[in-house]
This record gives sequence, C-alpha cells and structure tokens, in this order.
Amino acid sequence: MEKNHYYNAADLKKFPSVGEFGKDLADKFFAYYSAVFAEGALTAREKSLVALAVSHAVQCPYCIDAYATDATEKGWSEQQMMEAVHVAVSIRGGASLVHSVQMMNKVKEISM
Amino acid sequence: MAQLTKSLKARNSDLASGAHQLEVLEHAGPGISFAEKLQGCGLFPLKPTGITIFQVNIGRMCNQTCAHCHVDAGPDRTEIMTRETMMQCLAVLKDPSLETVDITGGAPEMNPDFRWFVGEIKKLNKHIIVRCNLTIIVSNKKYHDLPEFYKAHNVEVISSLPFYDADRTDRQRGEGVFKSSIEALRLLNDAGYGKDPGLLLNLVYNPSGAFLPASQVELERQFKKELKNQHDIVFNNLYCITNMPVSRYLDFLIRTGNFENYMDKLVVAFNPSAAAGVMCRNTISVGWNGFLYDCDFNQMLDLTVHGAQTHIADFNISALNQRDIRLGQHCFGCTAGAGSSCGGSTV
Repeated sequence: MEKNHYYNAADLKKFPSVGEFGKDLADKFFAYYSAVFAEGALTAREKSLVALAVSHAVQCPYCIDAYATDATEKGWSEQQMMEAVHVAVSIRGGASLVHSVQMMNKVKEISM
Repeated sequence: MAQLTKSLKARNSDLASGAHQLEVLEHAGPGISFAEKLQGCGLFPLKPTGITIFQVNIGRMCNQTCAHCHVDAGPDRTEIMTRETMMQCLAVLKDPSLETVDITGGAPEMNPDFRWFVGEIKKLNKHIIVRCNLTIIVSNKKYHDLPEFYKAHNVEVISSLPFYDADRTDRQRGEGVFKSSIEALRLLNDAGYGKDPGLLLNLVYNPSGAFLPASQVELERQFKKELKNQHDIVFNNLYCITNMPVSRYLDFLIRTGNFENYMDKLVVAFNPSAAAGVMCRNTISVGWNGFLYDCDFNQMLDLTVHGAQTHIADFNISALNQRDIRLGQHCFGCTAGAGSSCGGSTV
C-alpha cells in the first residue's frame, strides 16, 4: 500500500467502489448524480462547465481531472474553461471579502 | 498536441511499421482482447453485412502533416495510386451493389489522375465522397477551382475541422491551417456547398488530444453556431470520429504518456450497439497499391483482408462478403461510446 499520498490520480477510477462499505447509499448517490448531469433545462454540456467551476471552488483534484477532460470533450475552449474557473475564484474571493462588512461593523461598533 | 513536420516514415520511427504498431497494441488495454469482447456480445467472428461502400485511398501524399494522422501522410510521402490500379477499381465498380465510392488520402487531389478518376466513377453513376482537407483548395492556384469541379460531379465533400477556433485546430493540423480552412470553406459555400440541397458539405470533428468525442448532436449544434456567428460559414452535418491508436496518433499517445489511459478509456467505453454497426461490415478499403483491407486503419497496419483474394485484380465481392473481418486492439476505437466510423457516430 502506498503511504503518505493523500491523493492518488488512479483512485478516481475506484470511485464506483465506494459502495463496498455501504451499497444502498452509494447506489442512491450515483443514481442522483446521473440524474443531475442528464440533459435538462441546462444541457449536459453546460452542466459540465458548471461542474468544472465548482470543482475548483471545492478544490477537489479528482473532480478537476474528471471535468477538465469532460469539458474538453464537450467542446469548451481553453478560454471558456478558464473564465469559468475565474467565476468560481471570484465567488470564493467575494465570499471572504463580503465578510469584511462584518469586520467594519464590529470595528465601528467598538470605536469612539 | 505538438505539430510535427515530418512523417514517422521520414523520421525512421519504429511506429512507421504496421507490424511494430500491432506489437505495441497487442499488450494494450486492461487484459481483454477485442475478439473476446465481441464474443461476449455474439458478434465473433465479425462478418460483413454486405459491402456497399468502396473506400479508396489514392495516395499518402499530403500538403499537411497533422499530428494525429493515421495514414502518416505528408509532403514527404510519395506513394500514390497509378492510373492502371484506378482502372482495375473502375472495372470492379461496375457492380451495382457498390453504391458509394469514398475517395481518401493523403490529399487525394494531389494524385495527378484524381480528376480523371472522379470523372470515370461519375459515368458509372455512383455516389462519390471526397475527403478533402480544405487547405489543398487554397494551397496552389491549380486547386482553386476544386469547389466547382466537385459541384460539376455532384461530389459529397467531407472535411476535417477539429475545432471552431484556430488554436486547437492548428495544434492538431499545423500552423495557419484554421485560417486556410475557413478560406476554403467560404469558397465551398460560394459554390453552393452546405447551402444547396444535393451539394453536401460535411465536417469531421476528431479530438485534439487524448480524449474521446462528446455527443455528435451537441457538438454539431455548437460548431454550426460558432462557424456561422464568427465566419458566416454553413455546413450540413458534423461527424464525430474517435482517434484510433494507430500511426502518428499512437506515437502521440506514447510520447505524452497517455497511451495506457487512452486504451483503458476505449475498452471501458465499449458499446455492443456500436460494435454491431462498425463500418468494416459494409465497407471495403483499397490501398494506393491495390491491396484490399477491412478498413483504412487495417490498411495502415498492413492487415490485408482474410482469404485468397487480397488485391483489386482478384476482387470477388461474394467471397469478400463471406470473409471474417480482421480484428485487433485498435478496433476498440470504433466501438467506444456512441461508436465511430468515417461517417461519424454509429449509435
């Protein structure tokens, strides 16, 4: 067994095996997952780009590998993919920055 | 995908040999052979459903050196079909069951007998497809009238355009290819291609890297939107083709460390419905020197058809319709996902 590796690219292929320790919930999750990514009001192609952006927001290397490939296969250009990542980055950054209002409120509250 | 300027043959690469490619491919994939996969879905031995498409490769000479080319074509290749071999093809084509003639290369237009050959096939009242790389039309003044020539012979034009932007296209097909391709597409549109019913202009998408094509329907929608909006180009259908692990694409996969993963992907994506619809069941492929193959890929691997008649001079359609189709690990490329053929997805 490999040691000291929290992430291993080859583990992505083993994702379906998580049912080994709890089949019912895994089956429910994968059925839900498939339903989410099916064509709907958003196309499967659009959902792929959303997934790529979210993968960066949650900083999941498996998801980034999977959806960088998937979005490329689905015909998104490098520029479009990078813009989607910047959307995720701006929301993450904005989420921190918007808390500065709370900081300002508190500072003003305690200041003369 | 890095652009290379010379063919594997000119670089004296081991992969220029079909036998060496087969050796590399034999050990590929997660421990299951293509034949075993077909056995699992009742398709082994694989038999023709009846040959109706006569695909003829009239030469490996090309004005481009695309990074993924399974023909290993390029300006340094000199092998082209002679008029004598073309005449043998024409004799065979009198058979009415051979409805379509699919002319490919290299750049088939570079064969000096190309126009004569097309004219003779037309006299036999066949549907003619020419796989035109687009840039040949604008590469030299002597080719500028090709759109009018195609139109006069009611040729269906099928052309590769791996993406609707220059960056990804040029990485696969060479610097400046996208710009020249757009110029050529405009000339084809001006001649009525993609606009007039009967003047079919179909584009081929194949991935610019170690990944599989997505849904043909969705990619076609996207290509149509982008080419219309950005360049005012129209076309009929987009055919999505999976890159086969053969020749220069195989070289790319090995050089970039993608070979194992790509083969795993193809095997995991095996689709029995796609297997039932593979193009080798209704197509015969003829090489520049007249030898017969199950498909253009087997041709590049030097796998002539099973049986005694392996040359156009001995063409016997009844015997060919009874033969066992030759298989290898590369065949997983035609059965992955929605399938792949010279006419795009098969499912």
